[in-house]
Amino acid sequence: MTDVKYSATRRLILQGAGAVALVGLGNLPFGLTPALAAANDKYPEEAFKQKSDTDVIKTLYGKTAEPSDKVKMDAPEIAENGAVVPISVSTTLADVTSVAFLVSENPNVLIAKYNIPAGTLPSVANRIKMAKTSNVTVLVEAGGKLYSASKEVKVTVGGCGG
Amino acid sequence: MASTIRVRASSNGDITEVQALIQHPMDSGFVKNAKGETIPPHFIQQLTFEHDGKNVFAADWGGGISKDPYVKFAFKGAKKGDELKISWVDNKGATDTTTAKIQ
Repeated sequence: MTDVKYSATRRLILQGAGAVALVGLGNLPFGLTPALAAANDKYPEEAFKQKSDTDVIKTLYGKTAEPSDKVKMDAPEIAENGAVVPISVSTTLADVTSVAFLVSENPNVLIAKYNIPAGTLPSVANRIKMAKTSNVTVLVEAGGKLYSASKEVKVTVGGCGG
Repeated sequence: MASTIRVRASSNGDITEVQALIQHPMDSGFVKNAKGETIPPHFIQQLTFEHDGKNVFAADWGGGISKDPYVKFAFKGAKKGDELKISWVDNKGATDTTTAKIQ
């Protein structure tokens, strides 16, 4: 009997806790949505479908990029394996808000866009796929302006199959 | 299930350097299998890093990111022992989240 009573009480408490948790969860989205939406830009679906550097830049930023020697791209001269090409970028430009990687000869030119909030350093490294030898461009958005750096990377074995 | 996300975050007192390695096929939708059938696209679209409830880094990815993606960045304002929350969502709506202690 005590067992039953114990478990009944326990169940009640658990139910109570569950209800509180549910209410808590239910409230969360209202408080969090604006903050998340602000920090977490919407996924730029259209930009990822574009087939040329110009169209990506237009869709993603709506402005033109100006080549800058303050944007430093580190990419191999020759990539033996196009499936994994390590590429990184850093810049001495101030107020960087985003960085994007473009491969001109890939079926979809835009590879990645990184949003850089204040307090995060303008330096990103990643590994990308390259279908064949191509120009690789990095875009850096800083202080509302768009800067770029490009480099040709030779690919011996393509990374997009086919 | 073990997490698909492996993170190493280390602080030198001022700057926290973060490296993340995620297990994911990152199929672009342009590759054919041995039978000549196109492998449908399956890739991570968004990856976010949060510290103290604030976004410190957010990636929008296409299918051009290599399989088992790797990314490295650094940020200020965290200290050793702080937690970093990492989440991703892919084009099929699958997600994974993990937390890592800054060392």
